[in-house]
Amino acid sequence: MSDESPTARNEWPLWEIFIRGQHGMSHRHVGSLHAADSEMAIKNARDVYTRRNEGVSIWVVEASKITASSPSDKGPMYEPSQSKVYRHPTFFDIPDDVGAM
Amino acid sequence: MYAQMVKSENTDSGPEFDAFQARIDAGERIEPKDWMPDGYHKTLIRQISQHAHSEIVGQLPEGNWITRAPTLERKAILLAKVQDEAGHGLYLYCAAETLGVSRDELTEMLLDGRMKYSSIFNYPTLTWADMGAVGWLVDGAAIMNQVPLQRTSYGPYARAMIRICKEESFHQRQGYDIMMKMAQGSIAQKRMAQDALNRYWYPSLMMFGPSDKESVHSTQSMKWRIKINSNDELRQKFVDQTVPQAEYLGLTVPDEKLHFNQETGHYEFSEPDWNEFFEVLNGNGPCNTERLSARNKAWNDGEWVREGMMEHARKKAANEKVAAE
Amino acid sequence: MRDPLFEFLLRQGDNTLILSHRISEWCGHAPVVEEDIALANIALDLLGQTQMWLGLAGEVEGMGRSSDDLAMLRDAWDFRNAILVERPNGHFGQTMMRQFLFDAYHVELLSELVNSSDARIAAIAAKSLKEVEYHVERSATTIIALGDGTQESHARMQAALDNQWTFAGELFETDAGDETLNETGIAPLPSSLRSRFDARAKAILGAATLAIPETSFAHSGGRSGKQHSEHLGHLLTQMQWLQRAYPGATW
Repeated sequence: MSDESPTARNEWPLWEIFIRGQHGMSHRHVGSLHAADSEMAIKNARDVYTRRNEGVSIWVVEASKITASSPSDKGPMYEPSQSKVYRHPTFFDIPDDVGAM
Repeated sequence: MYAQMVKSENTDSGPEFDAFQARIDAGERIEPKDWMPDGYHKTLIRQISQHAHSEIVGQLPEGNWITRAPTLERKAILLAKVQDEAGHGLYLYCAAETLGVSRDELTEMLLDGRMKYSSIFNYPTLTWADMGAVGWLVDGAAIMNQVPLQRTSYGPYARAMIRICKEESFHQRQGYDIMMKMAQGSIAQKRMAQDALNRYWYPSLMMFGPSDKESVHSTQSMKWRIKINSNDELRQKFVDQTVPQAEYLGLTVPDEKLHFNQETGHYEFSEPDWNEFFEVLNGNGPCNTERLSARNKAWNDGEWVREGMMEHARKKAANEKVAAE
Repeated sequence: MRDPLFEFLLRQGDNTLILSHRISEWCGHAPVVEEDIALANIALDLLGQTQMWLGLAGEVEGMGRSSDDLAMLRDAWDFRNAILVERPNGHFGQTMMRQFLFDAYHVELLSELVNSSDARIAAIAAKSLKEVEYHVERSATTIIALGDGTQESHARMQAALDNQWTFAGELFETDAGDETLNETGIAPLPSSLRSRFDARAKAILGAATLAIPETSFAHSGGRSGKQHSEHLGHLLTQMQWLQRAYPGATW
């Protein structure tokens, strides 16, 4: 796992993604992704972590630029887009006799 | 499961090892910067990567039907589901990256066969009913494994699993919903549904991996809480849950020995053909060649794109630097 | 002649349906997983728009046809999408170039349609516009990055532009039906969108260091249904297969 592998030079950097949702809570870490630059990182974050929910503010920080003391222990959350109702399990009507699913 | 047959590294002993184990036993999460035994580190990389690779390769069998989905709504649902799998692969690669490996390196290890992915994705999807069976059985089996992993000892892995489980909950239901439509549909549709169950039943049971009663690897992984339940335990739970669902559909599980044991409260069932399982893992499954060559093609064809975008980013950064000076 | 409103709705719905279908073919094959996810989002948006446009088309027609009936049970000559969107994906750069050319037209059209005198059309346009504003932003950024990337990516993007430019013109083709809809304030003349499209194309393709081909030629035949490319029939054989093989089945 060395830095000299042929892929290393062209691997897109890793970005940490922070999102502030519609409810005005402060930005919080939702995960990471790869992108060539900050502009694409923001776009990718929109596609990956908000599935296009509107009214969110996104911060991206290149992971290598972060100085960390100890890691956070809060789990990330995700709200599916409101218009894509089929992403919600309750969209599918499963009869009670089938049991838990 | 998605981490079937992951070898667990042996570990040494000593005061720091004992302290580490004590943290795990106390239910604490291990985080990237914390001290961890080499074996724990290596086993995690293998397991998380294999899980990630499974999600990525797992796009292919269902992606196979997106352009043939029977209605616009079914197409949207399937597309959203396969997109979720890409997302899950992404989350898991990110979790692996916290252990000091890069995603591109992991990808190359998948592409040249050094790393594995779940055996299940080497089976073909032949009819639309397979979209139902994959959602119902394959995602059903996956969820059974993934829910307990939300409590796994490694923080980034556990967090990825929490997000994945939250998104995954609709996957199994959409599969069962397809099966219900088919089972209640025309004679041809019902036949299709039964055929899909016939082909996917045993491969789904194999997803949990061979019995690990005697496995040293499993014992170590369970001690580290990167494996929570035994393979047999999960398989039994899966069968107990799935058989009544098949009955509700009016479909027959392809196992003549299958019966409910009143005393134990569990179903007794036939083992899958483990020779077949090992053949599939060793590259001889029905679709191994297609799956790997599709991933290799995507990666190779995409190289100029990844390089082009990176080069533009470098130019842009250089221009911005000049402008600032 | 067919009802111009029905024709107009088919053109909208068929463009989004066929382009969505093409993009969905990328699923699992993109250069990087982030692009897989982004492409799926575009395909999903366009598919959602299709359901609205074709749903309304069926309603306007009044023959009881649903959006699924219109998508799955018409033959090629009844489709009204521009040829641009039925063309095969080619490599990622070709797909993104096609996407940009379509998005740059689409966003201008929808910006006008939000003021349509037909409230149903205005509502569909309003929902679609939010999505398409993002599509064009993303495809433009990608075009610029790849055009201004390596020598190889530049050459590939220039070839993609040369290859597709003459298929963009059809989007602005204007016929008698369009005139009728324009007079009643339902939809703008497609030709009226051209200058804003050209301005955006010039700016973005310029930033991408790509040269717009010097030709005013435009392929046509899709939007009128007179003569699609050979590609559409093959696309339909896949898309419509289950509905055709099992007539009347419920899925």
